[in-house]
Amino acid sequence: MANEGLIKTLAEEQNDRIQFVKIRLGAEWYGISIGIVENIVRMQRITRVPGAESYIKGVINLRGKVVPVMSLRLKMDMEEGEILRSTRIIILRIDGDEVGMIVDEVREVVTLTAEDIEEVYRDSKTVNSGFVFGIGKIGNDLISLLDMYEVLGVKNA
Amino acid sequence: MDVSQYLEIFIDEAKEHLENLNTQIMNLEQDGENMDTINEIFRAAHSLKGMSGTMGFKRMQTLTHDMEDVFSKVRDGNIAVDTDMVDILFQCLDALEAYVANITETADEGDNDNAHLIKALGEILEKGAASEGGPSEKGEGGSDAAGGNEEAVSSGEGKHKWKQIKIGKVEQSAIEDAVKEGLNAFGISIFVQESCLLKAARAFLVFRAMEELGEVILSVPSVQDIEDERFDRDFSVIFLTDQPLEKVLDAVKNVSEIEDAVGDKVTFNEAGEEDGQGAEAGAAAKDSDAASKDKGTGAAGNTAGKNAQAGKGAGGKTEGKKAMGKPVVNRTVRVDIEKLDSLMNLVSELIISKNSLVSVAETEIGASSLAFNEQIEYLESVTTSLHESVMKVRMVPIESVVTKFPRMIRDLSKKLDKKMELYMTGEDTELDRTVVDEIGDPLMHLLRNSADHGLESAEIRAKRGKPEVGSIFLDAYQDGNNVVIEVRDDGNGIDVEAVKRKAVEKGKITQEQADAMSEKEAIDLLFQPSFSTAKQVSDISGRGVGLDVVKSKIESLSGEVEVRTKLGEGSTFTIRLPLTLAIIQTLMVIVGGEKYAISLGSIQTIENIPVSEVKTVQGKEVIYLRGNVIPLVRLTKELDVESLNAPDADLLVLIVKKGDRYAGIVVDELIGQMEIVIKNMGKFIGKSRLISGATILGNGEVALILDANALI
Repeated sequence: MANEGLIKTLAEEQNDRIQFVKIRLGAEWYGISIGIVENIVRMQRITRVPGAESYIKGVINLRGKVVPVMSLRLKMDMEEGEILRSTRIIILRIDGDEVGMIVDEVREVVTLTAEDIEEVYRDSKTVNSGFVFGIGKIGNDLISLLDMYEVLGVKNA
Repeated sequence: MDVSQYLEIFIDEAKEHLENLNTQIMNLEQDGENMDTINEIFRAAHSLKGMSGTMGFKRMQTLTHDMEDVFSKVRDGNIAVDTDMVDILFQCLDALEAYVANITETADEGDNDNAHLIKALGEILEKGAASEGGPSEKGEGGSDAAGGNEEAVSSGEGKHKWKQIKIGKVEQSAIEDAVKEGLNAFGISIFVQESCLLKAARAFLVFRAMEELGEVILSVPSVQDIEDERFDRDFSVIFLTDQPLEKVLDAVKNVSEIEDAVGDKVTFNEAGEEDGQGAEAGAAAKDSDAASKDKGTGAAGNTAGKNAQAGKGAGGKTEGKKAMGKPVVNRTVRVDIEKLDSLMNLVSELIISKNSLVSVAETEIGASSLAFNEQIEYLESVTTSLHESVMKVRMVPIESVVTKFPRMIRDLSKKLDKKMELYMTGEDTELDRTVVDEIGDPLMHLLRNSADHGLESAEIRAKRGKPEVGSIFLDAYQDGNNVVIEVRDDGNGIDVEAVKRKAVEKGKITQEQADAMSEKEAIDLLFQPSFSTAKQVSDISGRGVGLDVVKSKIESLSGEVEVRTKLGEGSTFTIRLPLTLAIIQTLMVIVGGEKYAISLGSIQTIENIPVSEVKTVQGKEVIYLRGNVIPLVRLTKELDVESLNAPDADLLVLIVKKGDRYAGIVVDELIGQMEIVIKNMGKFIGKSRLISGATILGNGEVALILDANALI
């Protein structure tokens, strides 16, 4: 798989120090490469879009732009979560388009080097494991690094 | 010389000239003796030659040069226009288009010499040379033209263009008075150098120089047009002065970038008197009158000679040139579409911010402050006009796309060996630039479809009692917020049974499905990928890519295609496109507590219908309104929400119309009319049949835009 390549590219892009935004879904922590994160906003009024897929919660007004918002939990086949004070929408720019992901919490930005990242064998048959391209080690903590292109079904160019 | 920076302009202009040539050569085939057409062709070919020469495109220059030679012989009446010649000219245009295409891609014209075309052109010229002789000599007489006849002057006459000036009664008496007073009346034609950039400024200097010596009483084009640079390379004046002609001409030639000036005394002869600016036809008739009279009386010897030449074809048309041949050059600025897009975005932002002011006014201070409300209303009208202006800037007539079609039909007619004629109306209908750019291919496809599949062969047409020449119509017009383009033919129509058979053959549907299918459903099959009913695959259409491409293209432009057909009588393809793409007037409604916008253009009326008036026909809810049975569409059901209204409350029904079909859309509540900016929702949301976009309301909320057409 192209994990090594992906990590390498990320490493090169960011001087060997790869930064991830650390987010929580349920009890687990995940990392999203900071390169694609545009913004993090609080939960707000979402306009429902009839007829859309169930994981699409609707659209929001992000400073004059209409941006679709998905539940990352539903997208990753987890149960729908409650909306709490800590719930955030993390706005990603992928393939030129913006999309919001609802997550339970955004904690911090972590910096990893290539050595801190353990590759994960991605089996294309099981859907969810395909979303995680590596495990990041921060001291004793582990975070699953998400390949958002894979999550959204976009080819990583 | 580095000309790369002019490349874009060159390409644009070359395309315009080629388009023009295409149209004009079509006209030439219809009427080979029309001097306007010939002159126009000559002018375009000449410009094209000059342009390509400047840019260093030698092959293009050679080809246009030879074409120009042919046109020049045609203009002089040495060669008659025939079909073979037009064929070769069209091939030349194709070759030129290929050059331009090459240049567009690689900035190089390529290395195709098109030697066969140059040879063919040479042959035409030789043929012309053989028949030369008599007619060409006749032209000689005109050059010294002492007794210039003001109206019937052949345009082949060379530089003394001022002789084409129509002198009205007022001017004529002014000239006669001046002559009585011992002044000279000269007609002068001034030529600006081709390379001159500020023609209007030069012309102004010429006028100033002349006015020091006398008085300009008439100029063609008008002084206003000259100031606006609406002239080609020359202009002509009638000039009163006490100075000799030489001095005037010297003064004019002294102005820099003036290539030449020629002039002569203005005189009147009996026959030349005229009574004003009659209709073209009238004038033309008078023209030949004048000519014959001249010949009869011999009043002005060489005038007769000239008219004899004019009689060869140019005569009657010369007036026409004055009336309509003057190229109407609009004053335009070429603007990058991206700049317009950004302007449009700003206008959108402005409208959103205006909308939020409106909503503030409604809630807080508004009620108490009349002045505030007035200002808001004013702002509203300004933003609306601003939006309209920006939209108009982006609008271009579809003409630029459709002008190539007559030529295409002509070619198809030869290729298919069917006689056909294309009639077009509404070429001036305007659409957003981005739409116009995209609409060409689908239209071309539909036209080809009509020519190939629609029109029957001559034998069948004769059998059916139809005229031998098949007709294809392309009509464009505006209908409310839409532009409609119809492609219609009087051919065979769509054989619905054949379509079904084919679909069954191809395994697209089963026989049972086919039997149960309505005519409309069967026709819809045509729009499915790789479906062609042509019995044999031809070069023109039926290559597997078909109407499905047309349909998806039109739909990507938020438009739709509809077909009506009658077997044996013909079919009509109707394309309906939205006039604007970015900002629309809508009606805001509430359905199940959610706000939706519906384009106002599609809404006919709004009705209050008691529940008791809703009838059920074949399991579907309908209402009976003013003689029409209208099916009801419950938005709550379509949008999957619960209505907040009591079940027995009157229904609020929006009557919408699409083509000739109606539907009644049931909503919970009306909010009101609102101008909204359509926002793209991005690709991650997936395509929704009902939702055509979203917008941001004054309070920052996002509302979705419902596509009423999809509900019908």
